[in-house]
Amino acid sequence: MSMIEIKNVSKWYGDFQVLTDCTTNVKKGEVVVVCGPSGSGKSTLIKTVNALEPFQKGEIFVDGVSVGDPKTDLPKLRARIGMVFQNFELFPHLSITENLTIAQQRVLGRNRDEAMQKGMHYLDRVGLKAHAGKFPGQLSGGQQQRVAIARALAMDPIAMLFDEPTSALDPEMVNEVLDVMVELAHEGMTMMCVTHEMGFARKVANRVIFMDRGAIVEDCEKEEFFGNIDARSERARQFLSKILQH
Amino acid sequence: MNYNWDWNIFFKSTGIGSEIYLDWFVSGLGWTIAVALVAWIIALLLGSVLGVMRTLPGKALPAIATGYVELFRNVPLLVQLFMWYFVVPDYLPEPLQTWFKQDLNPATSAYVSVVVCLALFTAARVCEQVRTGIQALPKGQSAAALAVGFSIGQTYRHVLLPQAFRIIIPPLTSEFLNIFKNSSVASLIGLMELLAQTKQTAEFSANIFEAFTLATVIYFVLNMSLMALMNLVEKKVRIPGMMGGAK
Amino acid sequence: MDFSQIIPSLPSLWDGMKLTLQLLVLAVAGGIALGTVLALARMSSNAMLSGLAKAYVNYFRSIPLLLVITWFYLAVPMILNWITGEFVAVGAFTSCLVAFVMFEAAYYCEIVRAGIQSISKGQINAAYAVGMTYSQAMRLIILPQAFRKMTPLLLQQTIILFQDTSLVYAVGLIDFLNAARARGDIMGQSHEFLIFAGAVYFVISFGASSLVKRLQKRLAV
Repeated sequence: MSMIEIKNVSKWYGDFQVLTDCTTNVKKGEVVVVCGPSGSGKSTLIKTVNALEPFQKGEIFVDGVSVGDPKTDLPKLRARIGMVFQNFELFPHLSITENLTIAQQRVLGRNRDEAMQKGMHYLDRVGLKAHAGKFPGQLSGGQQQRVAIARALAMDPIAMLFDEPTSALDPEMVNEVLDVMVELAHEGMTMMCVTHEMGFARKVANRVIFMDRGAIVEDCEKEEFFGNIDARSERARQFLSKILQH
Repeated sequence: MNYNWDWNIFFKSTGIGSEIYLDWFVSGLGWTIAVALVAWIIALLLGSVLGVMRTLPGKALPAIATGYVELFRNVPLLVQLFMWYFVVPDYLPEPLQTWFKQDLNPATSAYVSVVVCLALFTAARVCEQVRTGIQALPKGQSAAALAVGFSIGQTYRHVLLPQAFRIIIPPLTSEFLNIFKNSSVASLIGLMELLAQTKQTAEFSANIFEAFTLATVIYFVLNMSLMALMNLVEKKVRIPGMMGGAK
Repeated sequence: MDFSQIIPSLPSLWDGMKLTLQLLVLAVAGGIALGTVLALARMSSNAMLSGLAKAYVNYFRSIPLLLVITWFYLAVPMILNWITGEFVAVGAFTSCLVAFVMFEAAYYCEIVRAGIQSISKGQINAAYAVGMTYSQAMRLIILPQAFRKMTPLLLQQTIILFQDTSLVYAVGLIDFLNAARARGDIMGQSHEFLIFAGAVYFVISFGASSLVKRLQKRLAV
C-alpha cells in the first residue's frame, strides 16, 4: 500500500518550471532516496509532500489524504509527517526539551507529562539525553540535527521526510546523523530522503530516484540503480561518477 | 541686563495655593509618563499586528499595513496631533462627540488626543521594526514550524515572534525613548506635561535657565533609566547560543 | 468640507512654505557641517575631545526637539545680550535655526560616524602611505567615500527634519503649517486647511522617501 503517492506533479515559479510531471510513490515501510544535481528540484519535490511548497498540477496523497485539496486540514496532515531540514531548524529560543514537546502539546494536545516522556525517550535514542536543558545554539551541528530527528519522531509520524539532512554538517558529524537514520530505516520507518550520501542509499534504500531539471529521470530498485550503471541515463551516470569520486 | 541665578527657585512658592515650583515639575513628569506609557502599550500591540500583516502571504493585508505605515510616517507628528485634537472630534458620531467635547474636562480630552496620536504614530514605526525582525529570521524557521503541524497563528506566536522580538529590542528601545520625547508635543494643545510646566515655571519665575536646566536633567535621567531598564530586559531574555551568545 | 478658499490662499501658504524650506536648507547645511566636526571629534584619539563630543551627542539625543526649540527661543537673545552687552533683536527664525542646527548635528554626527567607520582602515593607511596628512586623508579620501555611502541615510534624516520644522509653530514662526492654521482660521475653514497642509507634507515626504529608496537600490547594485 502506498504511503506517499505523487502523481504527475508540476510546479512553476512564474514562467519558470521547477517540477515537470513527477510521478512516484513510497510504500509503507519503504526507504526511498532522491538524488540529483543542485537545482534539479529534489528539495522542492519533497517539500510538496507536506505542502510546504504548493504545486499547480497533479495530485499527491499521503495515507490516502489529498495534499493539494484546499479542504484538507494541512496542520493536521503535517503533524503526521515528520520532516528534517538541511539547516536543522530547531527553534533557537526554546530549550531542547521545549523543542521536543511544544508541538506535541500545542498540536497534538498531549499533556505535559506525556509529551516530556515521549520527548525524552527519543532524545535518549539519539544519544543526547544529557543535553535536555541546553539551547540549540549550544550544540554542535550534528547534535542539533539529531535533536531535530527526535523532535519529528516524538510526533509519532507515519512517514519521515529528510531534506539533505547532512549537507550542512562538517564531515566528521555526518556519520552520527546517518547512523540514526540507518537505525530508523531498519525499524521499518517509511522514509523519503533527499541526500547525496550514496553509502546510506546502498545500505538501507529500497529504491533510488534520480532527478534532473525538475523531472524524475530514474526511479528503480537500489540493486538495479547501483548494480547496472551502464543501463542508467547519461545524466545519472555523470552525476554518479562525480559523487562517487569523493 | 543682569540675570539673577537662583537655584532655590524650585522650592519657592508659585504664588498659587501652597504649591512650590518643584510640584509643577513632578506633576508634569507624571503626565509625560502617563502619556508615553499608555501610548507605548497601544503602539506595541497595534504595531506588532501591522508588522505581522506585512509579512503575511497574499496581497490585501500587507498592502493595508504598508499604506498605514506610509500615511503615518509621512505626515508630521504635530499635524497628526492637530487632526486628532481639532478635526476628528467633529466627525465622531453624536454621543461620542458630546462626551469628548463637553463631558471630558479639557485636560482629559487633550490627554486622549495625544495618546491616540502618539500610539498610532509610533505603531507605524514599531510595525517596521517587527517586520524587519521577522524577515531577518531564516526562512526555514517558518517551514519547520509548519512542518510540525503548527497553524499560521501558532507559527507566529511560538516560533517567529519570540525570536523577532529578541532581535529588535535595541531599535524598539529607541522607539520607546522617542515616545517620551515626542510626548512633549502635548504641551501645544495645553496638556500640562513636563515641557509645559517648564515653560510655565520660566514665565512665572523669570528663572528661564534654571527651569530648562532642570527639565533637560529630568529628560536625560528618564532616558538613561529607561535605557538601563531595556538593557536589563535584553539580558533577561537572551538565549544562550543565539545571536552572539556563547556556544 | 469646503476647500474653496485654498486656491485664493495659495500665495500666503507659499510664503509659509518658503520659510519652511529656507529653515530646512540652512538647518541641513549647518547640521551636517557641525555633525561632521562632531563625528571627527568623537573618533579622535584625544580622550577629552571624543568625550566631549560623545556627551554632546548623548545630551541632545535624550531631550525633545521641542524643548530645545522653546529653550533657545527664550535663551538665545539673553545669551547674545550677555555677550555683546546690548540688546539684540534675534527673532524666532534665528533662534529656531540655531536650535535645529545644534539638535540635528547630534543625529547627523552618528550617521557620519557610521559612514566613516564603514570605510576600510586600509584606505586611511594608503592615504598616509602616499604622504597625506590627516586632514588631507579625511578631505580627499575618506569623507568623499563615506558621504557617498551615507547619502541615503542623510536624506532620510533630512526628510524627518523637514517634518520636524513644523514644530516652530511652538514659537509662533509662520512656517507652512502655521500659515495654513492662520489662514484656515481667517477663512473659517480650519479643518480643510489643516487637511490640505497634511496632504502637502505627505506628498513631499512620501515622494522624497520613494526617491531615496530608489537611490538606495541603485547604490546597492
